Amino acid sequence: MTPVRVSIVGAVAAILLILVVLELIRGRRLKERYALLWLATGAVLLVLSVWREGLNTMAGWLGVSTYPPAVLFAVATLFILLVLLHYSTVISKLTDENVDLAQRIALLEERLSRGSPPDG
Amino acid sequence: MTARRLVAVVPAWNEAGAIGAVVDEIKAVDPGIEVVVVDDASTDGTADVAESRGAVVLRLPFNVGIGGAVQTGFRFARDEGYELAVRLDGDGQHDASEIPTILAPVEAGEADLVIGSRFVDGSGSYRPPLARRLGIRVFARLVSLLGGQRVTDTTSGFVALDRAGIELFAAEYPHDYPEVEATLVALRSGLRLAQVQVEMRERTTGSSSITFVRSLYYIVKVMLALLVASLRRYPRLQAARR
Repeated sequence: MTPVRVSIVGAVAAILLILVVLELIRGRRLKERYALLWLATGAVLLVLSVWREGLNTMAGWLGVSTYPPAVLFAVATLFILLVLLHYSTVISKLTDENVDLAQRIALLEERLSRGSPPDG
Repeated sequence: MTARRLVAVVPAWNEAGAIGAVVDEIKAVDPGIEVVVVDDASTDGTADVAESRGAVVLRLPFNVGIGGAVQTGFRFARDEGYELAVRLDGDGQHDASEIPTILAPVEAGEADLVIGSRFVDGSGSYRPPLARRLGIRVFARLVSLLGGQRVTDTTSGFVALDRAGIELFAAEYPHDYPEVEATLVALRSGLRLAQVQVEMRERTTGSSSITFVRSLYYIVKVMLALLVASLRRYPRLQAARR
């Protein structure tokens, strides 16, 4: 069985995560589209912390019934990996857009220096 | 040489010592060639030197890497309606007097992309160190295999393009260590590729961007890019051709 203290600490941590993310969105320091994965992480960890029967059942499926909190760690790790991978795709897109903008600036400045209209 | 408008794209990063001669040499081949120097945010006044020699200078606001710089030049060629383009490096390693040679297959309508290769017929004098020679050969074999056409020199930055080639590379060009991947992209997009034997000079100033430390990243990055490029679908460009 999952120790009760693990369940309590897990639930408190998940709730804190959700609250911090919501506060960041409220303060416009985090865009909703980048917050969704974090909120999902918090929600899943909260459910697995509170729903002790479920955690035990899953631990049985995975062959770690002697220590069910391992499932909690595994799921948390999986979600963190998802968030990181998501950020890698975001960075790649930003890099491409950044280069595109730099190229456009170079082309537009050259046109301006010739005195020809920017869309000729 | 030609009545059709020709642009020479010259990427340069901190090549103030070499760029002036490069521009002069190209203009000496034919004053009608529009020399476009793409300054990749140099800090040594490369852009001003190029401009003083009569080149059109595209100044990138920050360093975007060789591929992004070259692509800027091709975007210029596309937007300004040029029919032909050659690309030479800003360090002076490519001999501008060979421009008519690498341009010939494009002008004859036989190819969309001509690579100035150091290894077409074995007559070239370029003998790189063993490790680099091996790398060049492996990439050439790989691109030949994946692209379905024998390519002898995939790392050459001395190329000529027609309008179809300009449009492809303006839209799609890899950002770092681009030459190998660009060759495969061209083949898979259906561009007709030709190769012409050229000589390359030892660089006069500056140093090659490929240092020993970076070569491992180079190899891994290019291998991954080739793998991905061969899995991707590219629109065939037959329709864009004259």
